[in-house]
Amino acid sequence: MFDEKSAETVLDVSNIEVVYNNIILVLRGVSLSVEKGGITALLGGNGAGKSTTLKSISNLLKSERGEVTKGSISYNGKNIKEFNPADMVKMGVIQVMEGRHCFEHLTVEENLLTGAYTRKINSSELKDSLELVYNYFPRLRERRKSLAGYTSGGEQQMCAIGRALMSTPETILLDEPSMGLAPQLVEEIFEIVKQLNEKENVSFLLAEQNTNVALKYAHKGYILESGRVVMDGPAKELRENPDVKEFYLGMSEEGRSSFKETRSYRRRKRWL
Amino acid sequence: MDLLTGIFITPFAEMIGLPDLFFQALWDGFVSGTLYGLIALGFVLIFKASGVFNFAQPILVVLAALALISFYKMGVPAWISVVLVLIMFYALAWLIERLILRKLVNTDGNILFMSTVALSFIIIGAAQWIFGGRPSSMIHKELGFPVGSVEWPMFGGGVYFELLDISAAVVAVLLIVCLGLFFSRTKIGRGLRAVADDHQAALSVGISLNQIWVIVWFVAGVVALVTGIFWGARSDVSFALQIIGFKALPVLIIGGFTSVPGAIVGGLMIGIGEKMFEIYWGPLLGSGVEGWFAYFIALGFLLFKPQGLFGDKIIERV
Repeated sequence: MFDEKSAETVLDVSNIEVVYNNIILVLRGVSLSVEKGGITALLGGNGAGKSTTLKSISNLLKSERGEVTKGSISYNGKNIKEFNPADMVKMGVIQVMEGRHCFEHLTVEENLLTGAYTRKINSSELKDSLELVYNYFPRLRERRKSLAGYTSGGEQQMCAIGRALMSTPETILLDEPSMGLAPQLVEEIFEIVKQLNEKENVSFLLAEQNTNVALKYAHKGYILESGRVVMDGPAKELRENPDVKEFYLGMSEEGRSSFKETRSYRRRKRWL
Repeated sequence: MDLLTGIFITPFAEMIGLPDLFFQALWDGFVSGTLYGLIALGFVLIFKASGVFNFAQPILVVLAALALISFYKMGVPAWISVVLVLIMFYALAWLIERLILRKLVNTDGNILFMSTVALSFIIIGAAQWIFGGRPSSMIHKELGFPVGSVEWPMFGGGVYFELLDISAAVVAVLLIVCLGLFFSRTKIGRGLRAVADDHQAALSVGISLNQIWVIVWFVAGVVALVTGIFWGARSDVSFALQIIGFKALPVLIIGGFTSVPGAIVGGLMIGIGEKMFEIYWGPLLGSGVEGWFAYFIALGFLLFKPQGLFGDKIIERV
């Protein structure tokens, strides 16, 4: 079982500032750390900077004309500034992007195979990896011959996670896995994330808007608002925190409130 | 009534009446079709991998042919010249990636298209400066391709097969089979298709766009070289050769911009179609049908099947 106190930090983001197109300041000093073997949740609303944080770690930022202007990110003690996304994948960090981004015109199996692009392996090892993914996602095995573009949203999300898994990652940066999925499917996906975390020992950094589910599965969490970390702590504490309850879980101190009451914020956000 | 007979009866009567002429036309159409297909193939490769309509593709054909001849004239043996041209194209692909594509990653398709327009004029200028602009003849004989023709008696008449045409068809088929296998079976081929689908996602799984682009431009260069040799052998090699690029456009529209087999089938349809139309229906419409037939068909495709015969399915989830 994951024990936060004794776990070593694999990923350390220290006070980073990110600017897009040399002008738009998106992150204003974000610091966080991800422990080996843990699930770390990154929470916040639209435009809080969750995706940007993940992209600055996977180094996908550069191709979107974004840049880390201050602060530093290190993975296993190495500063990642000069690496490209392929280097990061080789080091064991892979991002599953928001909105799945499967290769629509490739079959599900071909999608999975592209995940192993950076690995130098023979075909039997490749088969073993495929087998592993299919065991976690039996549905993908059924759909392996169909074009990814024709599969359902849930299957595409599985395909995207499976594809990442094919690179034998140490850490997966998972961006909004719940997006556009039915609640039941969201649970299903998170269950698999939990299994991957426990059985394959993959660490997760998970960006989510669905605070409720994310805090249920995560070991610890950070809450981002307008490009800043405003709160952090073990998932259990965050779940109990009255502010989180009110602003992110939609519950007031007296229990669930009605729409009428929540229309205007009664409680001032204490951290601002 | 005369018109209807002219359209529906006379041509077919002629086909049956003179079968040797029919087969000759079919063969001629087939050969020019494969060559159209080859040019289209160069466009398809780059379009697939980078979503760019590469305006410079026809000029690459001219460049390949000119460079090949120039190396040979300098005294380099013919096949070594081919290798030199390939090396040159690899260097060119690398330079294009470094100086243009890398800077323009994730910009609008039109910007990339305009950059290939600029590129084609830069290549024209540079090629004229280095290799000179005078028309010269191709060195296919020196490369060992047979010349002359064989006559195959058929239906009382005879059909002529140019040996060079036969080699062109064989080489084209080989090239296409190899490319098809490359795309569907190899890791890099899969990577190429992944990049074509979604740049960002390809980056995220660790596919290096830079490497893929160099490879794809190089492969497009190889296709350009093959095209250059066989088109060059049919007419002189000069900058006028780039006009054939315009023939590739309708081929692309018919076959689909993203399909390797589409380029070939489209090429054959245009090649055979325009020959048949010219010979059998041409007299009815005045001559010169060959010039516009391809565009006429392409227009029909744009209206009714815009992704072409084999283009990527337009995926819509409902």
